[in-house]
Amino acid sequence: MTTTTLPPTEKTQPKSAPRGSISDRSRSERRLGWLLAGPAFFVMLAVTAYPILQAVYESLFSYRLTDPANRSFTGLSNYLVILTDPLWWQALGITLFITLVTVAVELVLGFGLAMVMAKALSSIRPVVRASILIPYAVITVVSALAWQFAFDINTGFVNSWFAWLPGIGTDTDWFGGTWTSLLVICLAEIWKTTPFISLLLLAGLAQVPEVLQEAAKVDGATWWQRLWRVTIPNMKAAIMVALLFRTLDAFRIFDTIFIMTAGANGTESVSFLAYRQTIARLEIGLGSAVSVLLFLCVVLIAVGFIKIFKVDLSQARGEG
Amino acid sequence: MSRREKTWWLIGGLVLVVYCLFPIAWIVSLSFKAPSDLSNGGFLPTQFTGQNYSDIFTGSASGLFLPALRNSFGICLIATFISCILAMFAAYAIARLDFPGKRLILTTALAVAIFPIISIVTPLFNVWRQIGLYDTWPGLILPYLSLTLPISIWTMSAFFREIPWEMEQAAQVDGATTWQAFRKVIVPLAAPGVFTTAIIAFFIAWNDFLYGISLTSTEAARPVPAALGLFSGASQFEDPTGVTAAAAVIVTIPVIVLVLLFQRRIVAGLTNGAVKG
Repeated sequence: MTTTTLPPTEKTQPKSAPRGSISDRSRSERRLGWLLAGPAFFVMLAVTAYPILQAVYESLFSYRLTDPANRSFTGLSNYLVILTDPLWWQALGITLFITLVTVAVELVLGFGLAMVMAKALSSIRPVVRASILIPYAVITVVSALAWQFAFDINTGFVNSWFAWLPGIGTDTDWFGGTWTSLLVICLAEIWKTTPFISLLLLAGLAQVPEVLQEAAKVDGATWWQRLWRVTIPNMKAAIMVALLFRTLDAFRIFDTIFIMTAGANGTESVSFLAYRQTIARLEIGLGSAVSVLLFLCVVLIAVGFIKIFKVDLSQARGEG
Repeated sequence: MSRREKTWWLIGGLVLVVYCLFPIAWIVSLSFKAPSDLSNGGFLPTQFTGQNYSDIFTGSASGLFLPALRNSFGICLIATFISCILAMFAAYAIARLDFPGKRLILTTALAVAIFPIISIVTPLFNVWRQIGLYDTWPGLILPYLSLTLPISIWTMSAFFREIPWEMEQAAQVDGATTWQAFRKVIVPLAAPGVFTTAIIAFFIAWNDFLYGISLTSTEAARPVPAALGLFSGASQFEDPTGVTAAAAVIVTIPVIVLVLLFQRRIVAGLTNGAVKG
């Protein structure tokens, strides 16, 4: 498949003193830089690096908050317990399922919404823009509640509206089974987070040079051909950044599941499993180990994305 | 664009608006339903009632809701303020100075942004109990910084990079003092970026649920999203659905007002911070 892209333009390098000759000016600039950025950097580390190290440490103990006297060092046995427990694999499977389904649907839907926003007539553009921001800004718990109440067997309208569809009646209990629960969870997540993807894609669309579109049109390319060979290849960076952010975000899903099912019927995600171990069962050791494993999964996904898809975040950030 | 094409995009726009607003319309409609009306199977109430709203403001549910609303506003505004101040200095350094470690700071911000919150909650839950920060405002403000600070640094440094800093020197050449040049030239140019960043940081803090339910236990510090989770779980009300819906509508009002007033800036802030090729 041939793709049409513009050659990369020369980036202007930030001017800096040549290596080896650190002038007084650049030395003081360096000091000032760290003086200004240091506090923010330190706070970020303090609120994340310190807790995760603490979690790693606590995961090595058999420690229940209700029974602090029997706290004992057990090495990696917490990890062994988790990794041999079907609960963990079930939660991981559910999390991966939700991540794959929501991100895939959101990418396609988000692209459609971005196209609509790009083409929206200037008269309706403010309305469209304000609307797309609303799902993004509404809190996840409210979105989860709205969707839950809509599908609920007592308070909902979905059953009576869609009773003409086979398999749906007034007594359909959406939250009674794993797959129907997951369907509603995914719907709520997709509604809430597609706008974010579509805004990123819209920014990517704006970077596709109009000249290329015109040239392809002159050459007789159909709309479909232009989409696949001009538009998408030219906004690859934006697509990848949107994918990476949403994948990591989806993998951490917690709020929607907590509100809708509280993990019932096998809908527990990894975050929810860690929460239940620590906060509900006060098993600090086991909960910490699940947290550390979740952290490792997130790191793995991020590194995988950056290595496999060559997502260059610094380039996407405009940072030379 | 041909007339036909225009019509299609117009329909697309309408579909988009309906898609975005439908669940909100639904929860608003639900909040006006009387208990006997909740299971009417329809979208709209057969008779509008303000009972749910008086319940959360003056009635049976106000003890849970009003303190939570005050906590949410207080904690989110303080966390937003602190992270904007810290991010302002950091973003200035990143945008304007040349020093090693710039990339390190941006990469750290990214790493913190993708950090699974539950991995922070687990150890904090234990430590906060020991040092007395559990169920207090500072006990939530500190972890909220892990949510608001990274996005603030990213968004603000993207904004600051676009400021024509040469204008400061130009003003000084024209006879302004350093302070005048800063106040009259740089502050007006930087203010929109700082303001937009603050809105986005506030959205993120306002949205938090996991810290809220894990690190609080009473109305001393419990924020609204956590209280909403409890409405639906508690059985102290006959049917908490209507009351929960009303509370959900109230917490949605501030973000909708911000969106309506500052939509253009929010879009610029969100996309500036993430995609710039």
